[in-house]
Amino acid sequence: MRSPKQMVEDFGWPRIIIFLFLVALFIAAPLVKVRIDASLSDVLNRFGQNAIFVLAMVPMIQSGCGLNFGLSIGIVAGLLGSTLSIEFGLTGFWGFFFAILLSAPFAVLFGWLYGKLLNKVKGEEMTIAMYVGFAGVMFMCIMWLVLPYTSPNMIWGYGGKGLRTTITVEGYWLKILNNFLALKIGDFIFPTGELLFVALIVWLMSVFMKTRTGTAMTAVGSNPDYARASGISIDRMRTVSVVISTFLGAVGICVYEQSFGFIQLYTAPTSMPFAAVAAILIGGASVNKASMVNVIVGAFLFQGLLTMTPSVINSALQTDMSEVIRIIVSNGIILYALTRKTKAAK
Amino acid sequence: MSDGKNKLGRFFSENAVVIIFLLITVLAVKPSGLSLTYITQEMINRVGRDSFLVLALLLPIYAGMGLNFGMTLGAMSGQIGLIFAINYNIRGVDGLLFAALVGTPISILMGYICGAVLNKAKGREMVTGYILAFFINGVYQFVVMYLMGSIIPIKNPAILLSRGYGIRNTLDLSGVRQSLDNLLMLHLGPFALPCATFLVIAALCVFIAWFKKTKLGQDMRAVGYDMKVADSAGIAVDGTRIVAIIISTVLACYGQIIFLQNMGNFATYNAHDQTSFFAVAAILVGGASVKKATLPNVFIGVILLHVLFVVSPLAGQNLFGSAMIGEYFRQFIGYGVIALSLVLYAWRSRKEAMAARESLRGGAFGAAGQTAGGTK
Repeated sequence: MRSPKQMVEDFGWPRIIIFLFLVALFIAAPLVKVRIDASLSDVLNRFGQNAIFVLAMVPMIQSGCGLNFGLSIGIVAGLLGSTLSIEFGLTGFWGFFFAILLSAPFAVLFGWLYGKLLNKVKGEEMTIAMYVGFAGVMFMCIMWLVLPYTSPNMIWGYGGKGLRTTITVEGYWLKILNNFLALKIGDFIFPTGELLFVALIVWLMSVFMKTRTGTAMTAVGSNPDYARASGISIDRMRTVSVVISTFLGAVGICVYEQSFGFIQLYTAPTSMPFAAVAAILIGGASVNKASMVNVIVGAFLFQGLLTMTPSVINSALQTDMSEVIRIIVSNGIILYALTRKTKAAK
Repeated sequence: MSDGKNKLGRFFSENAVVIIFLLITVLAVKPSGLSLTYITQEMINRVGRDSFLVLALLLPIYAGMGLNFGMTLGAMSGQIGLIFAINYNIRGVDGLLFAALVGTPISILMGYICGAVLNKAKGREMVTGYILAFFINGVYQFVVMYLMGSIIPIKNPAILLSRGYGIRNTLDLSGVRQSLDNLLMLHLGPFALPCATFLVIAALCVFIAWFKKTKLGQDMRAVGYDMKVADSAGIAVDGTRIVAIIISTVLACYGQIIFLQNMGNFATYNAHDQTSFFAVAAILVGGASVKKATLPNVFIGVILLHVLFVVSPLAGQNLFGSAMIGEYFRQFIGYGVIALSLVLYAWRSRKEAMAARESLRGGAFGAAGQTAGGTK
């Protein structure tokens, strides 16, 4: 049996503090006249919006590639898919479905190249991933300007060039998942479809991690020498994990768009990976170990924090400190994880 | 027989970043339609503006800590110094000196924190430094937006927000604008040379060259070469690494003050966002790697990077009919160069490690690999 002290240490003080802070926010909410039901449905909604990004961290952490700071590579693949879906004028469920389907080939291609690259730079993955991600986003910025899109809903009017910065998905597949079987009680809306979809993807992922490939992947991450001795191709497993992570990034952005209502192009994906990284670390993952529980707990805590701090703190102090709190908490937790002693991946 | 070919190949692979960059820059100059006189004058300005910041990166590279993305901490300290200088309305070079005076203790503290954190993250200093800069950015925002004017005495209504505390989004530095540059401005034909700024930069170069020869400088290089060996030789590894980061942070603080006096105004909350990006991109473009950097790398890099930055928006406008393409292109190139040189470096050091491993196993091929890897 582990002592409570040991368990607290395993879980990590920063996480406990964040958890208690969130609980305190929920308790304080009614006192400053913030509606609990509206906040709770916000939290659930944003949990669904972001959970798949957080899940995308798992395969690469498990295979020893570290935190995927280059998730934006997957996100731009998803943006390509969703803009193509709108270009073809697809609406409703099929529009959403095709957005994912059309982004799949891009995600697999980008992920494969990105994975090949990361195999060449073992031990330095995270810094390089970050810059590859940035460079990818910037390259796509040029592409959004020059690709021959024609849908009038997406291109700048009045002779401008290229796609707009934000494109509405209203009239296409706005809230297609959120509104599926949604429960409404007063201000409280339970986004059943979105959460079901997230649950499905998380379930598929956990099933995958138990298959032969999944276990091999974990073996590569936790003990490369043992994996090599058992005849597992390390590079191949790592590439597979990067492809899956990139594809999940693409699916994640599609889910995000349908709930948020807009496709954000250009430099918008730059900062998205950092939020996902922070979330999974808050959930209890480390740089080389992550589970589905970490994903769910992390996405919920982090999004809870992001939703509750602006409303509660702003009402209490009459100033907007939420941005500062967000920066300090999310980067503080990443910093905490990076400075833990872990076995260096070879 | 393949020795000459090999040498040429190694020259290209070691200088790949510089060569690629030189090609792109030369190709972009013509379509931009800018005159060489204009570009030269811009370069003189920008070398004066940026070199000091880029030089701040050198010591951590010597100490084996990679590119110091935590230099942003120093930049923020410099900005706090400038805010105080404006608050007391200290003008001219005095204002800059005062800003440096205020910034020094803050940047020493920041450097110490940064060094201590990086010591806990050996082997992933770069990504940790990057995130640390984000984290301290949050603290900076908190201090400048909420504490200044409420707890920290800032009285000048010209820089306070109308609500009574917090600093305005943009600060006008007219009191100190280009005071260092204009201190000793030499007009040479069509060009204006800010000699005082160049003298400061030259002094820093001399300092760095001298520092490398001191006991501490030698220790630093030993630590950078191999921490274990340095430790068994009796060098305080952690302490030396912290000193390298502190010096780098303090230099970044002064560098940011020089940078901002040249710009003439600054965005209080995001002037430092791109500091490390530009500095790191510059030194890498100049041919430095994560482990090796020299003074010429700094200047070659600043000039090459900035020529591209000056010409690319106009080249984009003239070639593709959109200035935004040039704008995105230069950012793509900046990030791409950092990624590329990190990849090339990591790839090469892995290849060398592999060659060393092969040679341990013995065998003719392995031995050949070892000599190839070891001649450098």
